[in-house]
Amino acid sequence: MNARDAILGRIREALRVPAPRSEPAAAPADFTALLPRVGATFAEQVAAFATASRELRTEFHWVEDEVAARAELERLRETAGWRRVAAHRGAQVAPLVEALGLPVLWTDGGYDRRELERCDAGLTQCDALVAQTGSVVVTSASAGGRVLSVLPPHHVVLARREQLVPDLPAAFHLLREKYGANYPSMISFITGPSRTGDIERILVLGAHGPRRLTVLCW
Amino acid sequence: MTTPAEQFKSAARRLTRDLVHRERIQTALGKYEVKRDEMKARFQAWEGARAAAAAIKAGALRHLDRHLEDFVARLEARGTRVHWAGTAEQACQIIVDLCRERGAKTVVKSKAMTAEEIHLNEALAHAGFEVVESDLGEFIVQLRGEPPYHIVFPAMHLTRGEIREVFARKLGDAPSDDPEQLTLVARRVLRRKYLEADVGITGANFAVAETGMISVTENEGNARLTAALPRTMITLVGIEKVVPRLADLALLLPMLATAGAGQLLSGYNTLYGGPRQPGEADGPEEFHVVLLDNHRTTLLADAEQRDALRCIRCGACLNVCPIFRNVGGQAYGTTYPGPIGSVITPHLRGLREWQHLPFASTLCGACTEVCPVQIDLHHHLLQLRRHARAQRPVWWERLAFRVFAAVVNSPRLWRAVLALGRLGQKFHGAVQATRLDPARAWTQSREAPRLAPQSFKQWWRQRA
Ligand code: SF4
Repeated sequence: MNARDAILGRIREALRVPAPRSEPAAAPADFTALLPRVGATFAEQVAAFATASRELRTEFHWVEDEVAARAELERLRETAGWRRVAAHRGAQVAPLVEALGLPVLWTDGGYDRRELERCDAGLTQCDALVAQTGSVVVTSASAGGRVLSVLPPHHVVLARREQLVPDLPAAFHLLREKYGANYPSMISFITGPSRTGDIERILVLGAHGPRRLTVLCW
Repeated sequence: MTTPAEQFKSAARRLTRDLVHRERIQTALGKYEVKRDEMKARFQAWEGARAAAAAIKAGALRHLDRHLEDFVARLEARGTRVHWAGTAEQACQIIVDLCRERGAKTVVKSKAMTAEEIHLNEALAHAGFEVVESDLGEFIVQLRGEPPYHIVFPAMHLTRGEIREVFARKLGDAPSDDPEQLTLVARRVLRRKYLEADVGITGANFAVAETGMISVTENEGNARLTAALPRTMITLVGIEKVVPRLADLALLLPMLATAGAGQLLSGYNTLYGGPRQPGEADGPEEFHVVLLDNHRTTLLADAEQRDALRCIRCGACLNVCPIFRNVGGQAYGTTYPGPIGSVITPHLRGLREWQHLPFASTLCGACTEVCPVQIDLHHHLLQLRRHARAQRPVWWERLAFRVFAAVVNSPRLWRAVLALGRLGQKFHGAVQATRLDPARAWTQSREAPRLAPQSFKQWWRQRA
């Protein structure tokens, strides 16, 4: 008998004895009423995302339109001293990145990871922003692969305001609607810049991933 | 050879008196408690959330076979190879073979308690591979040649000075003992390893049956890199990690972070459903999932204590346990310390050798109260004591209880014993905590409780 059949056999055998204790009742279909409250209006949700970002040390910029977003990016380029950036050819991100006038490493279709390591920032799109937790949802399909959002020291997310969802259940619902049966190979909820508390439980940013996370939304 | 029980007792004896050690643990956990309570309070219904989380995991276990088959079928449909390992040895063998067949030299790992459980690092090192732990805490304890201290905070017992010292000794690079500087050193060293590693190994916090994905929770981004840069990715996951639906994570992820680390959500919660897919920019060419039993089915067969398999390894029960807070994580000599470890270790490794663990509890119930998936931890500890004694009766204990029963059942005997006690107490001070003290086991580190000079009954009579 192979290991698979042996293990499944043991499981079935074990489950023949039902648990004597009263098992917990079925979970509610919707967890919204259990999780932290998020305001119902769009303005409240934007405010919630901003508050969560502040706590997480995510730099969140809510700007008027694409022109303002472009100006904000240029300001970042100057203040952070970017010399070279990495990005992917997403419709929302590519034109803004090109307008920066810097050398760009595009990750689509493969790239040299050592080159990517030398970039000052990675710019990506996202699938959703979650107001409840201040999370950015990225996937290997929407954000230029698995590495771009985590290897460079600064991750800049370019998001549109309609991508803001109120809470985690809404984010999972969106993923299912968007991808159905054909999910990308990686889906990541990024909640703040990379962090560790492993030395005396003192917060340090930029443990392995980006030290800075900027969300630019218009 | 000392037995696990002897080892535990001597470590506990030493550590309960180590005030510096205790101070460190209290400080570290104090910071955690503040954040945990703050996050718990944000939930609209934390108790309701616990009940729902318990129900999700209980439902998953009730049909574990079906969920596992779904999980595997969906993974395989998208090009993942799934391996089943009945024992720790089989799991190690599978992973060593995978590394060997790929001609690997360096293996980079992100934090995985299942890997600690099967002693994967030793097996890989023995087969000649260089294994690098990438989680900062794990990296530190690996450099020191120690097992992790806690299932969530592996290096919580060390000071920055000790960490600086081991960096200086092993890496030749420790500019100061500033946590930020030290983190930077580790980041630099590990970046090089990432770029040259051939295989990346991760654990998993959840396995989603509905979509065939594993879910990995972390804060540093090291698991993200482990699952992205090497050509081959291997995930080791216990069979009990299955949850039925993807949407279940909307509840379980924030609960894990809140109970485990006092965060509403951990820095990175990432789902992996296969190797690099057509049209994707990067990612491993191969993805292997190793499903581990290693006596989980033994625990499943114990219908009474089956609920211990709901555990999401958040560590909350360790953090509130008065025993853990005094003896610390390494005294147990087990992969999983604290209340959950004391419940599952006798199942996973045998009650005969590990029966001392359920006795190392005050039965205060703090663990049961905090557990996000409502495992009845302290009742299981009590029940394991009963099993342990049924398996191996202790004659003097039985005798003592028989005498005790006789005494408390007879008012005359009871009064006599009390009178003797009051008399004996007068002289106790002279021998207290010395070798002559019959109550030395208690008094050497604690004060002896005093009998009241008068019983309630006597007092009541006088009053009337
Ligand atoms: S038993 Fe409960 S509290 Fe303890 S680690 Fe597991 S899930 Fe957390």
